[in-house]
Amino acid sequence: MNTEWPLWEIFIRGQHGMSHRHVGSLHAPDAEMAIKNARDVYTRRNEGVSIWVVEANNISASSPSDKGPLYEPSESKVYRHPTFFDIPDEVGAM
Amino acid sequence: MYAQMVKSEASNDDPEKLAEFQARIDADIKIEPKDWMPQGYRKTLIRQIGQHAHSEIVGQLPEGNWITRAPTLERKAILLAKVQDEAGHGLYLYCAAETLGVSRDELTEMLLDGRMKYSSIFNYPTLNWADIGAVGWLVDGAAIMNQVPLQRTSFGPYSRAMIRICKEESFHQRQGYDAIRKMAEGTPEQKKMAQDAMNRFWYPSLMMFGPSDKESVHSAQSMAWKIKINTNDELRQKFVDQTVPQAEYLGLTIPDPDLKWNEERGHYDFSEPDWSEFFDVIKGNGPCNVDRLAARNKAWDDGKWVRDGLLAHARKKKAGNLAAE
Ligand SMILES: [Fe+2]
Ligand SMILES: [Fe+2]
Repeated sequence: MNTEWPLWEIFIRGQHGMSHRHVGSLHAPDAEMAIKNARDVYTRRNEGVSIWVVEANNISASSPSDKGPLYEPSESKVYRHPTFFDIPDEVGAM
Repeated sequence: MYAQMVKSEASNDDPEKLAEFQARIDADIKIEPKDWMPQGYRKTLIRQIGQHAHSEIVGQLPEGNWITRAPTLERKAILLAKVQDEAGHGLYLYCAAETLGVSRDELTEMLLDGRMKYSSIFNYPTLNWADIGAVGWLVDGAAIMNQVPLQRTSFGPYSRAMIRICKEESFHQRQGYDAIRKMAEGTPEQKKMAQDAMNRFWYPSLMMFGPSDKESVHSAQSMAWKIKINTNDELRQKFVDQTVPQAEYLGLTIPDPDLKWNEERGHYDFSEPDWSEFFDVIKGNGPCNVDRLAARNKAWDDGKWVRDGLLAHARKKKAGNLAAE
């Protein structure tokens, strides 16, 4: 039987008001220990106010070869950006 | 460096894919774990990052040796924090290596049975407190020289690990300089100890950069892949140029009668270390190789019941939770 502790991906909220960000991974037997280890490995200098841990094999990722089909459709939709529209100066801030 | 003499692997890949891959690297686009990469790139990186990680871990031993005997409570707390950082560096790097498809346990086992190396520098002993100052100042100083450019390396996870590491290294070098400065400015006996530490650590520190790689095919490939950014000689020169004024400030003499400023080159000329000693240490015959590996093996074996126990507990708890659902 495999005796290696599972791999956990670690997400840390750096400051209040910010979202959690992926910072790296570590091995731990369970979620509780993963949080304790993440405290020691990733927040030794006040880098965080909150920690999320997710077992790595629970993460599904898009594959690099899907880059085209996934992201190219948005390239042709420039009207999604506000700068697409000319607004007359006279109407003021918008 | 922390990864010395990493052989890069030749690749037998589809030339079209290879050209596309190289174009990405030339354009400074990072390679991420799920992207296609040449087999040689993957293998060379596993070896390089693994060796770097092992160095961080084994590097805790010479300094850990003095934690209980630090001269003041403050120095003890500082050294403890520094050594803890090194454990963190090892972990960041192991994670980066694992994204290439090698497991943590495999890496550990390859260190423990001698299939993978760690930096030659950690096979030298720390005989007294002055050595701890010299290690922080010179050894971490040499490591920084190599690690700063590696922040720009082409493999995303490796680059991100190096960025975290570099943020923490400056503390390491400064605490070392501060400790040896205290001794260099102390009693004649303390000053003598500081000089003695300098004498013993100077050449092993120069060896950290590895032998001259002017003619090395491997380093040309690694540089094209941007997993090596500067030549060993460039970094060694930079280290010498930076360190000489720091030693002068302390009133310590660099143990090299041929060291002198070369106006024309705008650099210091200096003597090469004894490379036969370096190769001997790499082969396993340094003063502490046996001790270092024995200590790592003991820690791994003694910790087995804890690792197994915690895993069994976690599995039992998970099974219990599932049953309750
Ligand atoms: Fe380090
Ligand atoms: Fe360090």
